[in-house]
Amino acid sequence: MTTEKTKNEPLFHVSKRDHMSHKNVLLVRLAGILVALVICGIMSVILIHENPFKIYATLVKGAFIDVWTLMKDTAVLLMFGLAVIPAFKMKFWNMGANGQVLVGCLVAIACMKFLTGVLPDAVIIILMIVTSILAGIIWAVIPAIFKAFFGTNETLFTLMMNYIAIGIVAYFSFAWDKSGSGNIGIVNLLTHKAWFPDIGNKYVLIIIVALLVDAFMFVYMRYTKHGFETALVGDSVNTAKYVGINVKKVIIRTLVLSGAICGIMGAIFAGSLEHTVNTQICGSKGFTAILVAWLANFDPLIMIATAFFVVFLNTGAANVSTVFQLKSTDYANIVIGIIFFCVIGSEFFIQYRIKPSQRMKDIMTKKNGASIKELFFTSKSRSAVKPLIVILAIGLELLIIAVIATIVIKTVV
Amino acid sequence: MFSTLSKILIDGISMGTIFLFGCVGEILTEKAGNLNLGIPGIMCIGALGGSYGVMLYTNGVTDMSTISGFWLVLTAIFFSMLFSAAAGLIYAFLTVSLKANQNVTGLALTTFGVGFMKFFAKRIDMSHFVEASKYFKNLFPFSSKLGWFGEIFLSHGVLVYLAIAVAILSSLLLNRTRTGLYLRAVGENPATADAVGINISKYKYGFIVLGSAIAGLGGLYYVMDKTAGTTLAEAPIDSFGWLAVALVIATMWKPTVAIFGSILFGALSMLAIDLKALSFSDLKIFEMFPYIITVLVLILTSIFGKKDIQPPASLGQSYFREDR
Amino acid sequence: MSKEIALELRNITKKFDKVTANKNVNLVVYKNEILSLLGENGSGKTTLMNIISGIYFPDEGEIFVYGKPAVIASPKDAFKYKIGMVHQHFKLVDTFTAAQNIILGVNNEKYNIKLVNSRVREIAEKYGFDIDPKKKVHDMSVSEKQTVEIIKVLYRGADILILDEPTAVLTPQEIEKLFAILKKMRDDGKSIIIITHKLNEVMEISDRVSILRKGEYIGTVNTSETNEKQLTEMMVGKKLELKIERAVVERTKPLLEIRNLSINSDDGNPAIKNISFYIRGGEILGVAGITGCGQKELCEAIAGLRKINSGFIMHKGESIVGLPPKEIIEKGISMSFIPEDRLGMGLAPSFSITDNVMLKTYGDGKSPFVNREAAREKAKQLIDKLEIATPSTEIPIRRLSGGNVQKVLVGREISSNPNVIVTAYPVRGLDINSAYAIYDILNEQKKRQTGILFVGEDLDVMLALCDKIMVLCHGEVMGIVHASKVTKEELGLMMTGAMNLTVEQKDKNYGIAKDSNLTDNEWQNAADEQNGGQNDDN
Repeated sequence: MTTEKTKNEPLFHVSKRDHMSHKNVLLVRLAGILVALVICGIMSVILIHENPFKIYATLVKGAFIDVWTLMKDTAVLLMFGLAVIPAFKMKFWNMGANGQVLVGCLVAIACMKFLTGVLPDAVIIILMIVTSILAGIIWAVIPAIFKAFFGTNETLFTLMMNYIAIGIVAYFSFAWDKSGSGNIGIVNLLTHKAWFPDIGNKYVLIIIVALLVDAFMFVYMRYTKHGFETALVGDSVNTAKYVGINVKKVIIRTLVLSGAICGIMGAIFAGSLEHTVNTQICGSKGFTAILVAWLANFDPLIMIATAFFVVFLNTGAANVSTVFQLKSTDYANIVIGIIFFCVIGSEFFIQYRIKPSQRMKDIMTKKNGASIKELFFTSKSRSAVKPLIVILAIGLELLIIAVIATIVIKTVV
Repeated sequence: MFSTLSKILIDGISMGTIFLFGCVGEILTEKAGNLNLGIPGIMCIGALGGSYGVMLYTNGVTDMSTISGFWLVLTAIFFSMLFSAAAGLIYAFLTVSLKANQNVTGLALTTFGVGFMKFFAKRIDMSHFVEASKYFKNLFPFSSKLGWFGEIFLSHGVLVYLAIAVAILSSLLLNRTRTGLYLRAVGENPATADAVGINISKYKYGFIVLGSAIAGLGGLYYVMDKTAGTTLAEAPIDSFGWLAVALVIATMWKPTVAIFGSILFGALSMLAIDLKALSFSDLKIFEMFPYIITVLVLILTSIFGKKDIQPPASLGQSYFREDR
Repeated sequence: MSKEIALELRNITKKFDKVTANKNVNLVVYKNEILSLLGENGSGKTTLMNIISGIYFPDEGEIFVYGKPAVIASPKDAFKYKIGMVHQHFKLVDTFTAAQNIILGVNNEKYNIKLVNSRVREIAEKYGFDIDPKKKVHDMSVSEKQTVEIIKVLYRGADILILDEPTAVLTPQEIEKLFAILKKMRDDGKSIIIITHKLNEVMEISDRVSILRKGEYIGTVNTSETNEKQLTEMMVGKKLELKIERAVVERTKPLLEIRNLSINSDDGNPAIKNISFYIRGGEILGVAGITGCGQKELCEAIAGLRKINSGFIMHKGESIVGLPPKEIIEKGISMSFIPEDRLGMGLAPSFSITDNVMLKTYGDGKSPFVNREAAREKAKQLIDKLEIATPSTEIPIRRLSGGNVQKVLVGREISSNPNVIVTAYPVRGLDINSAYAIYDILNEQKKRQTGILFVGEDLDVMLALCDKIMVLCHGEVMGIVHASKVTKEELGLMMTGAMNLTVEQKDKNYGIAKDSNLTDNEWQNAADEQNGGQNDDN
């Protein structure tokens, strides 16, 4: 009976790990990034036919060509990330930062466009900030209210709100633009009226604001009663109710904060960085910010580093494509994608513990009639090795099919 | 009046096909309990894969009229599905085997996919694409002789009919077969499915990869049929991908409803061009409607809570046996 | 006629870490027989049945099915031997019909749902089930769901059926119907093992009874040759002498008075039915009962976490019904419920000890910031006083061992100086020393004239620790007795519903304090108000 049992035993036992030291977590993540860099290196060599170290050197150099832009882009991404952090702490998937920033930017531009000359610039600027924040809050709070009262799926709701915001912005782009090109252009291009004042250069403002908001969020999440409640709702809704917290109120309040940060970002786009609004302003920053925030484990301080890392890669990879004439700056997105795949994958080794089972040990030491063949040929499905082999096999198969098919078609035609 | 209406319908069908592929693919994935937000990226990769197939087939051909349309289309479909299946496999490996967060993985895949397509699109030789697209379009040349019926229903390309066939087949698969029943059990309650001996990983892998392969065809359709082989690198396929994700919710996870939903979504996004009286700004209002409809469906289903039209109960959660 | 043995277990032992769930258990089930498996909570019944149905694999011992040795390593193997189990918690897909659920995992026949529907009807007709194969599970009542589970097992051709507490969720009429069906199945050649706590049911349905106690096999008796008293003795065993002191303390007027309280459970069925009791300062009132007899709902209702149907909860003469949990906490009523997973309610698993200590007090004062320094001091004090083993105060609580987690919870509750403590299973899963530490804490509180409601599992402990014990069975009070004047057997009989003091004594004022904080008139007014309120609603 016992032999019967051990023969069917999986080769590895996977169990939840309750803890891993910070040092090891960092090591696992770094290992993930290292694997990614190797994959990217191989890919780059194939594409560029150059020494990989030269490519990486170009990447690093390229990132620092324009330090101000690098810092500005980091600050912008950081703002998006700070907006999603409190909601994520609460396990509320706010995918809607793009939309929240867009509506904020739109109303700020509206203030700028229609009130210039009517009101003093200082008043307009204040109005821009206030209305932008309000718009961002409204856009974030609608899904929050439905989530709090009806349990409406917030991931999909906030996702959809992005595209409704894009539609509204697109509508006004055409409605306000008399030429019919759907591009409202830079508002007050010549007069610079109602533009936010430059401090040194136009990037300093966003950098300062991002750092201030970052500091605020750090204190808010860690030291305030509100932050405590947000984290508690995220950790255990039952316990939160038990200690008398109004969970609905916390959900809505937290999303008000998210929306407000997005609103500030929108106002800065309008008044300081872009002076216009269009559907492309946010790009996919709302989504990248989610990855960045997740990578930072939702910690505002660590997120400065992760946001910088992603922007650094982006800028550097863009430079690689320029220097090596890759015709497209999208090389950067591929690199970032691969790095994220590897880091996301490495998370498994942080969350779970994989231990070889007794049978695996038997196989390695060739005891109890075990043989190395069992790793590959076994009648019963084994929980760890077999799926891995199957996955590798499918992947390889797909690759081989692609190559063979390519060759066949090339020769046939 | 009638001609406007039929124009709207024709455009609705031709535009909707992009969404339909993505939507059916995502439905199959979500039925397995995985919310794949990488669908927009996968559709991009599918577009690139299909284009690669077309390029291979037409490479070095001097006279496009001599090639076999059948094999051309088949090659394109084959490569489109192959590429997007490979992308789906990455997602499946990360979310099923490594139990990674589905939202984060999906978004990373979309970033990757969009970049992948745009980067390699520049390396695709599209010189024969316009001619090649003729083999994708207008499957029934006699349709113009059949009056309004032929014009509305038979004037489309092969991929349009393929999309409808795939939707109907998926519906049959989900509702009429053992595999479909098991798949839904996996998405609804993986612990129960596991307890009766259903291999959760097998089903999840199978349908994530299959769903991705189907979704990828939406990208191919846009490149080779909708834009007649003129657009690849600039194609806004990712934004269509998000509409496909929205359509899944709006049609309440039913592939047959998705056929009509896709036509509606397609018609709405083409309405302003068809109704010439509308201005550009009004067009943008109509383009918003699909998302608003989706939000309304989301809200109404959560408020009235009818249990038959909820998302699969385990959607978005990874399954780990010991968590039971 | 000599009976054929359907299933035999020999010397089955199963350990989980250090806990032995089953020790050398022997069991025999014949063909054409209903066997009852009797035992208290934690006696190892469910573990044993999970071994037979392939969910767990025994560490030692052998299983024989119809005389042949069997290896059951998975639920699939169990089906191969025609063994099927109906779990206490149903494993059904809500959005599927009955028939779809039934054929889930059945691969050896053509997929044809119409055929399945008619086969299900056939089985239902044969044994007298009432079932619509096309009905969706989410539209079903609990008993219908159970029917689906049983047919699911029969559809796979099971000859040996195991039912884990099938009657716990059923009404008396439904139980009667189920028993009739079980008897039919027995006469049809099946073997049935039924797990239950209720003695009257054991006497009614089974041919033989096997008894487990604390993981050990005690014995098997023929139902016709035994009585409820003998079974109770076998089930609870001899009374253990525990060295728990029962402090003698002067008692105050009632702190918490509960009258005519009725509460529903999550699924809308009555969980607590019209009960009355009171707690004085300086006494410990134990609540004994089988799991699921309404303890959880009672605790939650007192803490303001669950709506009540009707009745009164008076704290020092003031009603606390409908107050938000926060205000109830502020009145000095502390509730700690240790659920089976230990961390479910009352603690935040990834928060540090410090943060968990301040869960109920973080909101004090007007500052927008939490006062973590004060909480850290308090956490340090608790760690010293209760000897909590931890490297620091900043460690996430889920990394502590179970006993230390509970010490943090109980310690926090007590440090808020409550006047009423409601505590459920505070020693669940603890080793003896940790458990004694908790008892000491409770006794200390009692000396400070705190009123304590102690929901427990171990009768020996309750007899030693509590002043009075209230026994619940299916949401009804079976009796409130002085711990020094009651025997373990009597408690066992009451828990299983075989004895009901409230009926025997026919005392109208059962559970009502003579020195109530309110006069009869005031009670009457409160009742009128409630009735008036209800009329307005109508």
